[in-house]
Amino acid sequence: MESDLITVRDLRVAFASDAGLAKVLDGVSCSIRPGEIRGLVGESGCGKTTLARAILGILPQNSARIQGGQVLFGGRDLLTVAEGTLAREVRGREIAYIPQDPSTAFNPVFTIGTQIADLMHWKSPLLRDPSFKGNARARREADLARVVEWLRLVQLPNPEALLRKYPHEVSGGQRQRLMIAMALLPEPKLVIADEPTTALDVTVQAQILKLLKGLARERNVAVLFTTHDLGAAYEICDRITVMYAGQEVEEAPVAEFFNRPSHPYTRKLLDSLPSAETGLRGIPGEIPRLIDPPPGCRFNPRCERATAICQQRPAPEQVGPGHSVRCHHRLTEFAA
Amino acid sequence: MRVLALAGRRLLSSLPTLLLILVGIFLLLQLAPGDAVDALIAQTGGGADTRAAAEMRAQMGLDLSVPAQLANYMWRLVRLDLGFSSIYGKPVSTVIFERLPATLLLMLSALSFAFFFGLVLGVLAARRVNGWPDTLISTLGLVFYATPSFWFGLMAIVLFSVHLQWLPAGGLEEIGAGYTGLRRTLDIAAHLVLPTLTLGLIFLAIYLRIMRASMLEVLSLDFVRTARAKGLDETRVVVRHVLRNALLPMVTLIGLQAGTMLGGSVVVESVFSLPGLGRLAYESVVQRDLNTLLGIVFVSAVLVICVNFVVDLLYARLDPRITP
Repeated sequence: MESDLITVRDLRVAFASDAGLAKVLDGVSCSIRPGEIRGLVGESGCGKTTLARAILGILPQNSARIQGGQVLFGGRDLLTVAEGTLAREVRGREIAYIPQDPSTAFNPVFTIGTQIADLMHWKSPLLRDPSFKGNARARREADLARVVEWLRLVQLPNPEALLRKYPHEVSGGQRQRLMIAMALLPEPKLVIADEPTTALDVTVQAQILKLLKGLARERNVAVLFTTHDLGAAYEICDRITVMYAGQEVEEAPVAEFFNRPSHPYTRKLLDSLPSAETGLRGIPGEIPRLIDPPPGCRFNPRCERATAICQQRPAPEQVGPGHSVRCHHRLTEFAA
Repeated sequence: MRVLALAGRRLLSSLPTLLLILVGIFLLLQLAPGDAVDALIAQTGGGADTRAAAEMRAQMGLDLSVPAQLANYMWRLVRLDLGFSSIYGKPVSTVIFERLPATLLLMLSALSFAFFFGLVLGVLAARRVNGWPDTLISTLGLVFYATPSFWFGLMAIVLFSVHLQWLPAGGLEEIGAGYTGLRRTLDIAAHLVLPTLTLGLIFLAIYLRIMRASMLEVLSLDFVRTARAKGLDETRVVVRHVLRNALLPMVTLIGLQAGTMLGGSVVVESVFSLPGLGRLAYESVVQRDLNTLLGIVFVSAVLVICVNFVVDLLYARLDPRITP
């Protein structure tokens, strides 16, 4: 536990709506080690994005209510840190963010260079370098050199010209490369990538994933990668956390996840991957309404194995190294 | 370069608009009974005989066919000659340029007032959406929008000029006071407070609502979340990222409302007896002063086209996605 980079403990988040409070995160716990690439998978609406945004503290202020839990990072609970401090010291600097859709993630009225310069003005790691103290001009020049170098690292052609362009003048894949560069430029310890490839062409997806993985590995940056694409998760993750309707149900190293899924939901999720033999298979039933969710394990109404005890939420159970599951009736036999 | 190309194109495309407006208004005015000669005769007591009237018509070119009159008028316009006003006994251009400053001043101050306060109130309402400041501001906006400007003007005169005696009730400046320099500027400013409020409040209400909606929309866009995730503080996010984008519909609105504002100034100038273009237009209609009226329409159209031209340029500067 001590060596974990970030620990989310029993996090509860609800959203106010006209119909009542939607309990979107119901006691989620998970921790990420330094340099680990962690996948967060689950169906749409299972709370992946909410968890990612709760860690960053950028949940919508009007509707989101944090009802309990902790987000421990760098020796403090981010949920109790003042907003100004969080913005100044954590967001963009220690924890960076790669958004879902790069086409809308840039401000359309500023050039790319302006937007990167804006980031570097506040978050450049050179700000911590004593040799640039009191010499903002030299720092800006050094920053620019770093930016250009990083644009080359994310394999963008002609960086100097790119900086003078507006966001609408570059392609989606290039924009996402820029987002990756911007996330990594301040040398963060953790990058939260919220479905970074969902909005991209399939052909570009693989390139972006490889790039992100390579850069994170080289610099020992941890990544929390949310996706509903199990193939993408398989490509880049060390461990995978499965979420269902606002609860984490299983956490496993990537090989274990695909070979020995222990939660009935994980099993169904893997079975729903299309294959030549079985064709498309869905999971019967639908995601519960989060305003009045079923008690205990939220998967119980859709689960063939459910019994009365499933009305209580199971505690996590260790079933292998780094592999834990929250199920009263976990699977013990595995299909070949 | 991009902005210049856009400017050239817009300027060219505004010429047919201008032509259409002029032909339209000329023909429309031909449908009205009576002409300047009738009005002149009526003014002088109505005793003139038909021969003298016919002579006057021939002298003013009013005896020609309608197409010939139109062609004459257009040809004079090309030479920037707006004709002669028989009612005022001066060239139309002189009459108009005597009246133009008051209207321009009124429009400019009302527009600045409405734009600035609409922006500030809209931002405040959007930042506290559904809270009490939002409710208060939105209700106030609705009241301003629903109040007829002539009524508002009259009530303002009753309250501020008659009862409180804080501000002058009408006119552009103190007649016969002979102020010069700064003293004169202050005097004109004091005279413009009530007309500006009267003309501006309705536009303020519109700007406020547009700004509020626009802010709310931009606040929900992805790049605002990116800016927050970058760790920019809230003030910077709002001022730099949200405001700049939310301003675009406001700027569009200026262009659209330039004409409406000229129309509104007719009422306001009448209520506050300001010597402006709006009142001149009203008087010209009553006196059948066709030349002056056409001149006013021409100048107003040019004015509106100019405002829209500036707005287009501004818009192109504000939003790089616009291509010529």
